[in-house]
Amino acid sequence: MASKKDKDSRRGQGSVTRRGFLGVVGAAGAVATAGTLDAKAQPATVIKSGETVPVKLSVNGREHKLMVEPRWSLIFVLRDKLGLTAGKVGCGRGECGACTVLINDEPRYACMTLAVEASDSRITTAEGLMTGEELSAVQKAFVEHDAFQCGYCTPGQTMAAEGLLRANPDPSIQEIRTGMSGNLCRCGAYPHIFQAVKKAGEMKRAKGGLS
Amino acid sequence: MNKSNTGLYSLAGLAAGQTSEAKADETRPWEKTTVVGRPIPRVDAYERVSGSAEYPSDVSLPKMLYGAILRCPHPHARVKSVDTSQAEKLPGVHIVATGTTPGFDVRWYYSRDSYSKIFDPLCLFEGDEVAAVAAETPYQASDALRAIKVEYEVLPAVSDEQKALDPQAPKLREKGNRVGEVEKYSRGDVEKGFAEADVVLEQTYSTACEIHTTLERHGCVANWEGDSLTIWESTQGVYGVQGGVARTLGMPLSKVRVIGKYMGGGFGSKLDAGKYTVIAALLAKRAGRPVRMFLPREDTYLAVGNRPPAHMKLKAGVKKDGTLTALEFYCLGTGGAHPAGGTSLNDNLVRDLYTCPNVRSEMTDVFINAGPARPMRAPGHPQGAWALEQMMDALAAKLGMDPVALRLKNIPTVSQAQPGNPPYTSTGLRECLEEGARTFGWDEARKKAEDRHGEGQEADIRRGVGMASALWVVGGGWPPATVIVRLFADGSVNLNMGASDLGTGTKTVMAMVVAEELGVDPNSIQIEHADTGTTQFASPSGGSKTVPTESPAVRAAALSVKKQLLESAAQDLKLAADDLEIQNGEIVSRSDPAKKKKITDVSALRRNAVVVGVGYRGPNPPNRSINPFAAQFCEVEVNVKTGEIRIVRFLAAQDSGRVMNRLTYQNQVFGGVVMGIGLGMTEERILDKEQTGKMLNANWHDYKIPTALDVPADMTCVPIDPHDTEANSTGAKGLGEPATIPAAAALANAVYHATGVRVVDSPISPMRLMRLFADRSKKES
Repeated sequence: MASKKDKDSRRGQGSVTRRGFLGVVGAAGAVATAGTLDAKAQPATVIKSGETVPVKLSVNGREHKLMVEPRWSLIFVLRDKLGLTAGKVGCGRGECGACTVLINDEPRYACMTLAVEASDSRITTAEGLMTGEELSAVQKAFVEHDAFQCGYCTPGQTMAAEGLLRANPDPSIQEIRTGMSGNLCRCGAYPHIFQAVKKAGEMKRAKGGLS
Repeated sequence: MNKSNTGLYSLAGLAAGQTSEAKADETRPWEKTTVVGRPIPRVDAYERVSGSAEYPSDVSLPKMLYGAILRCPHPHARVKSVDTSQAEKLPGVHIVATGTTPGFDVRWYYSRDSYSKIFDPLCLFEGDEVAAVAAETPYQASDALRAIKVEYEVLPAVSDEQKALDPQAPKLREKGNRVGEVEKYSRGDVEKGFAEADVVLEQTYSTACEIHTTLERHGCVANWEGDSLTIWESTQGVYGVQGGVARTLGMPLSKVRVIGKYMGGGFGSKLDAGKYTVIAALLAKRAGRPVRMFLPREDTYLAVGNRPPAHMKLKAGVKKDGTLTALEFYCLGTGGAHPAGGTSLNDNLVRDLYTCPNVRSEMTDVFINAGPARPMRAPGHPQGAWALEQMMDALAAKLGMDPVALRLKNIPTVSQAQPGNPPYTSTGLRECLEEGARTFGWDEARKKAEDRHGEGQEADIRRGVGMASALWVVGGGWPPATVIVRLFADGSVNLNMGASDLGTGTKTVMAMVVAEELGVDPNSIQIEHADTGTTQFASPSGGSKTVPTESPAVRAAALSVKKQLLESAAQDLKLAADDLEIQNGEIVSRSDPAKKKKITDVSALRRNAVVVGVGYRGPNPPNRSINPFAAQFCEVEVNVKTGEIRIVRFLAAQDSGRVMNRLTYQNQVFGGVVMGIGLGMTEERILDKEQTGKMLNANWHDYKIPTALDVPADMTCVPIDPHDTEANSTGAKGLGEPATIPAAAALANAVYHATGVRVVDSPISPMRLMRLFADRSKKES
């Protein structure tokens, strides 16, 4: 199960291997998921519910040292332990994108990332896009084009847009649609989101690529 | 739940709300505006994009615990025993509650006469509540749920509404699976009407059950201070939640404070309290700690509402010139395991959208073992439009008539469905059709698509163009609503109203109304809203009635402030009040502009350091019907080899009265179309009808809502303003719901135009389409 291929496929995505991941997660909680694993993949250490391990998170340029249960998701730690509530939980299973943050400049679902996986990475949340009280280019473009309604998916949408524009400063509408397709908006503000991302690209290019 | 369903959406409630003998507000709508109507970004946009807006699910309190609910995994079962001993021993777990836990023996009313216990031993649907826990982290709460041992007696279930009335079907109630009497309506003589017709068509249609899937899950944070309860709830109506909780727990309204300033989407599923609200409150009480309870996504598919499935049959008669002579409609639906309006308003479009002297409808609502419905964006109407608007398209094809022309032939001026046939205060249906078709380039697009059908190089791609129209049953708003506007000593303004802003732009529109009257910048207005502790009563934001209900009350409050200011200034300046007006922070004489006084110097404001204006929503004009109208047009490309559909463009022409804010208006319209695309193309609750009865796609991966790749970038909004001077003092009608009603039917008509195949069952999935292509090939060969 924890083959080399698995390990390789996760390289660069965090410090925890698939074997280690199953090890710490499988033992947590009252129900032993270990029953579903073959003997080879039995965890070496068992960490019980409530027991924590130290983790160092770099969030919006600030280092946080804290104790977490290994099974805690990054979004849970950001929201409920660090008080950074811009990112939301819509599904908790990598379907909606409301929890999107940047990890090393790439948009990632923080509900599908464990906090322990995210140590040694640069994490940026919607709060981190701001300069003090000032909105970033993407955020300003979302305001100007009314690219949201209820706003619950919006911090995630803006992080997806920011990640897209960092990788592709001048995307076509089709590239924008693809780049934003991992973030659901039930209010259906998509046409305005497309316009906002286009505009944000222009604004960022005019400022030499800065937020 | 059902109580507010009927209050908001039933025709009975409508008669009381829409038409009234009492005297209407005499303030006429503005003839010219300087602020209202402009495309102004939202006044709370900064909070929403920066992440500083605090949604109820963001609320964190000291010592807060996390609540979670154990739900029945079977569609029909009796709980024989619940063993909580293991769960109670787990780390971090504070409370494990079942039906026998002190304080939890509480009745929950689904409707006036249908209730269950909070944790009822008889589970009527998958997701029915069995037990609940509160723990120090959500992970420990989940551990505890898994450690509870429940012994169920699994009972036979009925999950197919079309089999619910079979004699051998398992019964949810002793009396059987019918919810009340068959709902019947009739006018004229349909037999005579069909006899007069040149063309008569009959067809069955169905729409699948949809789930709201709001981005913010259902839930709240509950906190007790002594016998006072405060709830931060993701809701469309704080007063609705307050009433529900107070009734359920036998508390006075004054002891239940509900706050819901921001919320992540409702679409009808958050009009009032849920069982989860009460469970959170009871857990918090027992734990002596605040409890945050937000349901897992899967639970929101099972237990907090849906748009009921509809099985419809429509027969229509029309003369050669396009005059409708008769409509006959049958519908079977289900609100699930409790009375929840399973066919509510499904026949309203058949009854009211087009002039037709002879109409009959019969609707049957049944129980099945599935989660109870809640109103979903324009209850009944997208379903009815799916049938009626595809039928109109088929009639037009049969007559060799243009589909737009057929609709123009049958435009109503009175509401035929209501007693006394009250005239509409305004109907922009004709303009929606004409202006929409013109802007869309309807004639050229239809012709171009037809010319290209035979082209060799795009043999697998067929292009089609379709349209549909709609009205919405309410959308005129009604009393009560109370709003307070306060002018501070420095001339800045506070607006206080109880209404929620779901993201429709309510706060922004109301600030613009105040700005229009008092000459201040809408962004400078402090808005206090959606808090039963500090703001005035408002009914839940639903039914597309928030703007037409609240905006006249806001205007009345602002006008009251203005009147007090002008009268005081008139005394100060020794001029007549009607000679004065507000200009840039000053009160100026119209006849002699040299005579003026700063607002901050007016005696009334200097004396009390505040001027308070209270505004009430007056009754609607007597014997009039206030309805929004719409016509939508779209172009699609269908790949006949794969069944895939690409929506090329969409245009929505909407008559919702005055455009209050061009930017948020357009956003609402596009959002309505997008939700209609979901109904038409992808959304379907799938129950394992033949075997377990369980829902098979209770997640966003398997239940697909439109993504950025499923909606066209080319969308156009054409506002039609009929200058309604009768509806209310702002001239606005509702928008959010009418915008979604015709979209799915317009798509189905475009697919027909492209392929010649009529898809009468939603959604139009590639699989379904390929099956229909195959059936057609078989017939042809």
